[in-house]
Amino acid sequence: MADEGAPARLRLRGISKQFPGCLANDKVDLSLGQGEIHALLGENGAGKSTLVKIIYGVLKADSGALEWDGKAVAITSPSQARKLGIAMVFQHFSLFESMTVAENVALGLDDGANLDELSAKVGEIGRRYGLALQPERVVHDLSVGERQRVEIVRCLMQNPRLLIMDEPTSVLTPGEAEALFVTLRQLAAEGCTILYISHKLEEIRALCSRATVMRGGQVVANCDPRQETAHDLARLMIGEDFDQASKTAEASFGAARLRVQGLNMAAAAIHGTPISGLDLEVAAGEILGIAGVAGNGQNTLLAALSGEQLCAKAETICIEGQNAGDLGPRRRRRLGLAFVPEERLGHGAVPEMSLTDNALLTGYDRQDLLSRGSIMFARTRDYAQRIVQSFQVVTGGIGANAGSLSGGNLQKFIIGRELLQQPKVLVVAHPTWGVDAGAAAAIHTALLDLAHQGTAILVISQDLDELLQISDRIAVLSEGRLSEIMITAEADIGRIGLLMGGHGENGEAGQLDKQGEHHAAPA
Amino acid sequence: METLTAVLITVIGAATPLVFAATGELVAEKSGVLNLGVEGMMLLGAVAAFAVALTTGSATLGILAGAAAGAALALVFALLTLTLLANQVASGLALTIFGIGVSALIGRSFVGVPLQRLPQLDLPGISDLPILGPLLFSHDALVYLSILAIPATIWFLERSRAGLILRAIGENHQAAHALGHAVIKVRYLAVMFGGAMAGLGGAYLSLAYTPMWAENMTAGRGWIALALVVFATWRPGRLLLGAYLFGGITVAQLHIQGFGFDIPSQFLSMLPYLATIAVLVAISADGARARLNAPASLGRIFYPEA
Repeated sequence: MADEGAPARLRLRGISKQFPGCLANDKVDLSLGQGEIHALLGENGAGKSTLVKIIYGVLKADSGALEWDGKAVAITSPSQARKLGIAMVFQHFSLFESMTVAENVALGLDDGANLDELSAKVGEIGRRYGLALQPERVVHDLSVGERQRVEIVRCLMQNPRLLIMDEPTSVLTPGEAEALFVTLRQLAAEGCTILYISHKLEEIRALCSRATVMRGGQVVANCDPRQETAHDLARLMIGEDFDQASKTAEASFGAARLRVQGLNMAAAAIHGTPISGLDLEVAAGEILGIAGVAGNGQNTLLAALSGEQLCAKAETICIEGQNAGDLGPRRRRRLGLAFVPEERLGHGAVPEMSLTDNALLTGYDRQDLLSRGSIMFARTRDYAQRIVQSFQVVTGGIGANAGSLSGGNLQKFIIGRELLQQPKVLVVAHPTWGVDAGAAAAIHTALLDLAHQGTAILVISQDLDELLQISDRIAVLSEGRLSEIMITAEADIGRIGLLMGGHGENGEAGQLDKQGEHHAAPA
Repeated sequence: METLTAVLITVIGAATPLVFAATGELVAEKSGVLNLGVEGMMLLGAVAAFAVALTTGSATLGILAGAAAGAALALVFALLTLTLLANQVASGLALTIFGIGVSALIGRSFVGVPLQRLPQLDLPGISDLPILGPLLFSHDALVYLSILAIPATIWFLERSRAGLILRAIGENHQAAHALGHAVIKVRYLAVMFGGAMAGLGGAYLSLAYTPMWAENMTAGRGWIALALVVFATWRPGRLLLGAYLFGGITVAQLHIQGFGFDIPSQFLSMLPYLATIAVLVAISADGARARLNAPASLGRIFYPEA
């Protein structure tokens, strides 16, 4: 797709960036052609985020040169980057929680557009690219998936010439991701260059024409991802071979360890989705996957299961045969529940506290870290150390603040913290969101092992591939209602996709009508 | 009816300095900076306004001097907390203590000196209307300015792009920085605006409310202004309401004392402060709403990325 005769849209030569204690970028060369979709691959901590921050002018390189359309430039601020035509979707959202969608979009633009006109334009771009958003809604009440849409729309508003996307599809349904690819290909055909960071290798193979692989701050390979297998790409990233987790067919499961009957719950957030009439059972040794687009009641369901929101009736939720609907999180944990929430910082871990302290926060009971009300620090440190070792968490040590870890490493730590507690029931949300292929495989293997040991696991995820890979049974949550639960091996992926898009039992008839089967529709 | 009108006029007098100081603090807090030095800035503004008005004979120059003095003290605070990254709470408290001391030092020779009250801006005809005339149309310029400051602040924060950026910086300074907004610069300006408004509040006290200088004459109004910002859940409209409510209670307790009710005057003097506490508790009851409006980065130090 790239025009060989024209100068590269952006060329980096020998970019280096030193942080205290680590060389984040080591003489990185990168060349992006016009209208090219270029993948940037690498594990967590390989230096991808640092590199794109340098391109976007948020960070300043220690040495090296940048060329834009063949001319040397120094990008010193994001606003200058935007003037050149560079737009970026951040991995950690750069959104303002108490502000509306339209205001958030306005803050990413350099000219002071009228908010009403902006709202109209947000709606228009949303329709064009299938990124539906209500401009007047406050970000605070949006799900992770909806927040990502705000970020993407904010970039598309600028008519960029280079669009940097840091893991944009991790929270989209397969259908939405496919729609986004159509958009990206269309943008590329119009001459916009796209620098695409993702850990979904299949996606990169489908979308990108060139790939640069980074490891330990250096560029280790350049390749055409279409010519490589996903496994080869992953090996380039990790630098060694690894095994993909895969489920061994389990014929029978034990007794139900988690049972939810007739759960109705109002949403805690103002614009949240309530749950109505939800029933499910997870047996010992079983992994139940709940698919669905963010914002369809996942947050409410998670709050109900963790005990952050209590049920009216104790018998609505049953853990290990005990009625637990009216118990708070601490007493549910005592019954054997472990819980990994959606947000890592602030919900799954306290950013300003050390890993040791964060390990204590959920592990104190099941790991016996307390003695008559005082903390046993030696045991707590030992526990934190075991988490770091068993899950290969890259960190400066267990005294490091949780907030200093990269997203993937923190996720490994949080999952490890819950898994080492040998829970009877594990509820986990988005286990591998923003986690690289190697770490994702490790997390999947750990979940499968845990299930094998008899834990009942409920996984809520937007990543359908992940659920198909590890779950025994699968259901879809849409607008607060759970579809029928299907056996994953026999499930029809097309049907799951339809259910995720909100075309369930009733919606399906409407879908057929649109396809022209008028004779089937009642008059 | 005459009494009621007189009472209402004194309510306006009691509320005006609070409206100034609290509006300024609201803007500073919306940018994410908690400046507890309002009391100190008000006092410095009061003494500067009095001194300049007395020596030059020009009330206008006095008012300007009050605002400038407040802004200058705020600049010291901004330098400490934004450039030198000192703790905001400690620096704010120090600023208040400093302001009390410096204003007393400057004001030594002015204690007990009388000054002409700030002139009323009478509109011929309208100001003579019964009740409405004295109530609405015969005040000095600062009262009108304080009232106008509210819609202006609402417009700035809600409708202008600069206000949007200011709120974004108060909400999430890292994200604002990542998008290329000048966090430190905007906060400097917001803090200095807060100082200038506190200075105007002080100037109103020493030029109009009681046209004289007395040591520590703000008598805790700076603290009340700080509480008002929380009371108003960072909304200028509610802030105006709160300031007048509070002014009303202050005046009411004076009148109750005047009518000779058999309640110890100390209890009555407590009334405004008890009301503040009661209202703050009532506001916190609806925590979700208050949190949504509170600037999330308030009081947090911004370290720009390396």
